[in-house]
Amino acid sequence: MANPQAKQTLTEARLDGLSMPGGASWAVEARKAALARVRGGGLPTRRDEYWKYTDPSSLTQAVAQRAALFHAGDEMPIFDGLDRLRIVFVDGVFDAEASDDLALDGVEIERLSDALQKDIHWARDLYGMLETRGQTPVSRPLAALNTAFATDGVVIRVTGTPSRPISLTYLHNSETSDAILHHLVRVEQGAEVTILENGPAAARFNKCMEISVADHAGFHHVRAQGRDHERRAATHMFAQLGEESAYKSFTLTANGVMTRNEHVIELTGDNASAHVAGAAMGDGKKAPFHHDDTVFVTHDAVNCESRQVFKKVLRNGAEGVFQGKILVKPGAQKTDGYQISQSLLLDDDSISLAKPELEIYADDVICSHGSTTGAIDETALFYLRSRGVPTEIATDLLVLAFLDEAIQEIADDRLADDIRLRLQQWLERHRQG
Amino acid sequence: MLSIKNLHVKLEEEDKQILKGVDLEIEPGKVHAIMGPNGSGKSTLSYVLSGRDGYEVTDGNATLDGEDLLEMDPEERAAAGLFLAFQYPVEIPGVGNMTFLRTAVNAQRKSRGEEEMSAGEFLKLVREKAKALKIDADMLKRPVNVGFSGGEKKRNEILQMAMLEPKMCILDETDSGLDVDAMKLVSDGVNALRDAGRSFLVITHYQRLLDHIKPDFVHIMADGRIIKTGGPELALEVENNGYADILGETA
Repeated sequence: MANPQAKQTLTEARLDGLSMPGGASWAVEARKAALARVRGGGLPTRRDEYWKYTDPSSLTQAVAQRAALFHAGDEMPIFDGLDRLRIVFVDGVFDAEASDDLALDGVEIERLSDALQKDIHWARDLYGMLETRGQTPVSRPLAALNTAFATDGVVIRVTGTPSRPISLTYLHNSETSDAILHHLVRVEQGAEVTILENGPAAARFNKCMEISVADHAGFHHVRAQGRDHERRAATHMFAQLGEESAYKSFTLTANGVMTRNEHVIELTGDNASAHVAGAAMGDGKKAPFHHDDTVFVTHDAVNCESRQVFKKVLRNGAEGVFQGKILVKPGAQKTDGYQISQSLLLDDDSISLAKPELEIYADDVICSHGSTTGAIDETALFYLRSRGVPTEIATDLLVLAFLDEAIQEIADDRLADDIRLRLQQWLERHRQG
Repeated sequence: MLSIKNLHVKLEEEDKQILKGVDLEIEPGKVHAIMGPNGSGKSTLSYVLSGRDGYEVTDGNATLDGEDLLEMDPEERAAAGLFLAFQYPVEIPGVGNMTFLRTAVNAQRKSRGEEEMSAGEFLKLVREKAKALKIDADMLKRPVNVGFSGGEKKRNEILQMAMLEPKMCILDETDSGLDVDAMKLVSDGVNALRDAGRSFLVITHYQRLLDHIKPDFVHIMADGRIIKTGGPELALEVENNGYADILGETA
């Protein structure tokens, strides 16, 4: 039962604490339009169908809940061994000191606030544009809120093939930080880039990335969300893909009391491909764990391919959610759409909820989806144990094997191996007994 | 080595008695074979000894070098030196055969207080053992038993046995699904492991495996008990006359 009054009160309470940054007139217009989108539908509540399985209240309430900082000890941060261009944000604020010089062949990088000051800038054609497109058929008010109020971020225009990945590191130093970041990535025709993201960013993190991938261009994305147990995050990736372009995104999530990761991808050029994958590990022992992957892939061109591969391993009351949709528009013939969501529950207390959807308006397509939730394979476990492998190590082996289908979606072997190593270390630290 | 006394076992799920008083003594270095009609309890015996869930021991005991096997977890039994070559080796997608072997070898070493094998040492050893069993590099790289033929799976079992060097090996119908050449290969692998300190319990339906792996003793199992024990000639008798005569004698 909708309650418009309560929704409005909630929305205004959140908006009260925010102030809209200034900028060039086009940027201010984009922000105002975004604010109107937020007010139009209001911020989400559990009563919205799209938030049926994830309670958004901690993401929408006026003040962020405190989140204790996580200390990883002497562990080497992920991607550290990798040659990359490092851009650092601390509690949602760009840290020039900690970042590399924003110069790299084949790419132009600017701080969002600088780009949004300029009367003439390519960002004008992208800022809030894909987010707006992504509001239909389902509204995503947290993304509109982000466009209206984002305080920082980077805008990246890729014109060639930069020699190093660009990495966005989000450090969390304040227990009460509430960060809103917005990034733009425009990959020009024939160009190719790898974007890495890691870290918790803040006690509460609202992040939006709009990605325009031109014809024959490539966008690769690998993300490791921070391990702070009490952190909360709502992230959106909006992408539009041109002809024969490729989009590949992988997310590793271990820990986090609240994570909602949305991907909204439109294949608008023929022969494009989009792969979105995620591996999530949740253990509710130290703090509750809730992880939601919500994906919406729209096929609006001929002969495109899309894959969604999401795997979750849950224990001690951890909760996993998957909402995945493939929409094939009229005329999007020869579409090849695949979607799989699998959860491995390591005990009776953990929960997995999945809502796979296909909506198809073309007649010459191949679309398949599958969703499974199950326990560890006892026969395989016994086989390993009968060879002398202790139960815990045997379970870890089977867990890693289960997650590997998602990790295989990472094109770069070094990155994939780094992710595998992180998972193994996480499992070792979380061994029970 | 292995001592089984008056072992009574029933299925946990249903009230069905499978083993009804099995007695068996296996001395070090000896090869014992168990034959018997379908449903006589042969495979149950191998599973109970290796610690599979789903069985309840209602009476009797089983010890390995004096240690109570039935009180141990499956991994403890393995570390104590027990090995079961499965009738149906399990496929484990996503776990590489090499990773599996190395994890198993090192886990056993660790639990015995020995030092873990280095990557180089392990690789050298596994290549050498694999070669003898005609297991190629590709099979070692692939996920455990996934896409393996019946013969490849059984050879992989023997490779694990060769790497783990157990003292008590149980072979559960290792000959099933093997052609003549594969049977020879598997038997050679087993025979290479025979020595004065290692014992074997070979469970089979057919005498032909025993042509390759020569047993010291042959036991006939029926209805949850060992009803007759003899030398290799007993296997020939079964081959020629079936079980009917033996079952008749003891009825």
